[in-house]
Amino acid sequence: MPLQTATPVAEDVAGADAEFLYTLNFGPQHPATHTTLRLILTLDGETIVKAVPDIGYLHSGFEKLGEDLDFNQYVTIVDRMNYISPVANEIAWHHTVEKLIGIEITPRCKYVRTILAELARISDHLLCVGAAALDLGALTAFLYAFNAREKVYNIIEATAGQRFHPSYTRVGGLSADISDEVVALIRDFVKTFPKVHGDIVRLLNRNRIFIDRTKGIGVLSKEDAISYSASGPVARASGVVRDLRKDEPYLAYKELASAFKVVCGKGGDCYNRYLVRMGEMLESWKIIAAAVESLPTGPVNVDLNDKLTIPDKNATYRSIEGLIQHFELFMWNRRWETPVEEVYGANETANGELGFYVVADGSGTAFRARTRPPSFIHFAMFPLMMEGHQISDVPAVLGSLNIIAAELDR
Amino acid sequence: MALTNLLPDFLVSKLDFLANMARKHSLWPMPFATACCGIELMATASSRYDIARFGSEAMRFSPRQCDVMIVAGRVAMKMVPVMQRIWLQMPEPKWCISMGACASSGGVFDTYAVVQGIDRFIPVDVYVPGCPPRPEQLIRSILDLQEKIQLTGTIDAREFAARNTYEGPTALARELNPEEAIVAPGDYRAATRLRKPLS
Amino acid sequence: MPYLDTLNAKFAGAFTTSAFRDNARVSVGADKAALVLFDLLKCLKDECGFDFLAELGGIDYMGYPNATDRFCVVYGLANLTTGERVWVKAFANDPDPELPSVVELWRGADWMEREVYDMYGVRFSGHPDHRRILMPSEYTGHPLRKDYPLRGYGERHNFPTVTRADS
Repeated sequence: MPLQTATPVAEDVAGADAEFLYTLNFGPQHPATHTTLRLILTLDGETIVKAVPDIGYLHSGFEKLGEDLDFNQYVTIVDRMNYISPVANEIAWHHTVEKLIGIEITPRCKYVRTILAELARISDHLLCVGAAALDLGALTAFLYAFNAREKVYNIIEATAGQRFHPSYTRVGGLSADISDEVVALIRDFVKTFPKVHGDIVRLLNRNRIFIDRTKGIGVLSKEDAISYSASGPVARASGVVRDLRKDEPYLAYKELASAFKVVCGKGGDCYNRYLVRMGEMLESWKIIAAAVESLPTGPVNVDLNDKLTIPDKNATYRSIEGLIQHFELFMWNRRWETPVEEVYGANETANGELGFYVVADGSGTAFRARTRPPSFIHFAMFPLMMEGHQISDVPAVLGSLNIIAAELDR
Repeated sequence: MALTNLLPDFLVSKLDFLANMARKHSLWPMPFATACCGIELMATASSRYDIARFGSEAMRFSPRQCDVMIVAGRVAMKMVPVMQRIWLQMPEPKWCISMGACASSGGVFDTYAVVQGIDRFIPVDVYVPGCPPRPEQLIRSILDLQEKIQLTGTIDAREFAARNTYEGPTALARELNPEEAIVAPGDYRAATRLRKPLS
Repeated sequence: MPYLDTLNAKFAGAFTTSAFRDNARVSVGADKAALVLFDLLKCLKDECGFDFLAELGGIDYMGYPNATDRFCVVYGLANLTTGERVWVKAFANDPDPELPSVVELWRGADWMEREVYDMYGVRFSGHPDHRRILMPSEYTGHPLRKDYPLRGYGERHNFPTVTRADS
């Protein structure tokens, strides 16, 4: 289908001889875009004069489904939003729902969610760094990163039963407690991760080719980062010191605040974003190490009498209260009682501030489940960052922004 | 007596058999990765699962060089013409693996924007269940496809000539009323060279 | 909250306030939004220090209990120095929902406003690049409106089919 540009390209290009410009279609199926992004590049030789992103190739109606499915069902959909760190999305979604209903989750649940959120951050950054390096020609870092990701997959599989989309959180708790085996796996991961991290650092940090292709490329100034609503590593690499884990502590980040620092950069280029991601992985590793050693005991779900959580199988089949409670939560016209109100809750996920704006009409289904998708907001900056660069810089900038199409288009 | 004396100087076999042997062990995938399944496709290609053991590690992003299109992930309305165009650009003989629930049936995304199974729009050879399928399942599907090629393949691709009609589920397309005529679907034929004109 | 004093001094009567959990909200009704919204947001940005547009999203209140106006656009502002947040809700109504664009204030609003237009049909006057962003450009509906069915009108099935004979 033809893409209309807002204004004819020729008028935008002051000075350049429009006759010699040509247009290159990049995507939606292209190895460097990983998923379904499309760019219309106006080129002067190899220099990009103008880049127009065309998105929506993976628009699948997430938010419409959020108005159709209840709070527990929708977790399976948010899973598929940022699919390289699914657990973080679930935690952000249920964080908002619990804020809406007014649930204070148990200490153990807080810690388990914190550990999983940080594991998700590590696996997200690993894939982002690995794939960015892959696009720049360094295959080995990608293989190392994927090996470490398989370890995270193992932990998540042992936790929830599914290695990719676990759908692990529930309103007021988790679908199951973590076992000692999982704790052992996490301890093992904590022990082995620094080696993987060091391997990648040694491969890339002083790699001449990698530095040449990332340093000074795709520079985003601090003013632009604020003006374009950037968050997460992209904003922090430009010097915006903002991390919701410190600024608006949620889960167990208040207790663990001394265990980690916020990683920031100054340059705002691709190399800085890479360094920030590598630094954040180490900070996440510290959080996990601290959290798994101070993991509280006790239940992971809030009290059954609150009528908020799904009772376990034992309570459902062996007690009348459990059965009634189970029935109440699964009848389409019962479920949760919510205030007729609306609330915004945000988490710091690997890509940035992932927020949900939930409007409730008293029923157990959201009236509106708006997502604040970091990828969408970051991709809007792409034309700005691309201007004047070479066409070979496109994969470097795309890789450093970590655009996830499902989160971009929803 | 030396062993070589027992062996004949020549072998009699069908050319089909040889062609199938060659084809099935060098299936080059075209990773049409749109969503979550694409990450599992990457996991299948990386060191733990190592798809290279089955001769399919040579992922080529140019459809002209590929034998099997792996549609990994849901296909949104806007993406259907792209998918069809890539399928048409692949040279014969070609096969299609529909990886995951979303590509096969729409999966959990029963919404306005997602097509309910790619087999409504392009022919599919192997379906892989799962959301997303584990890498082992994807490897299994490649083995299945190899078996299919070994059993039915012919050197001049006669088996495809018999499959020239629509193979998907009952088509749900209908004429839209004027008040609900929301979209004019993108036409892949306008953008690519085709043997047959649009009827 | 200091920003309320500033707003009261300049826009008295144009807005109402409410709060829930930690969300403090400023609502501008449909009758006033077209006139005061831009100035109100500009005042919040320039004079009260809310320099960060954290979120911009649309809501369709059709069928919502006690709702008076149909469309709402929510602006989530944050103060990067103090970490304070404020939510500005601006309403708009059929037949021609329209609000002033804030791209001049925050360039990040560009795509978010386009998304609201795509999903709800709320127009933003003064937007530099006002077209659809997620749906195909031939599309005429606005899928997140409450009167649009979840499964659409069947347009997802209406594509030409490619068979083995075509290829």
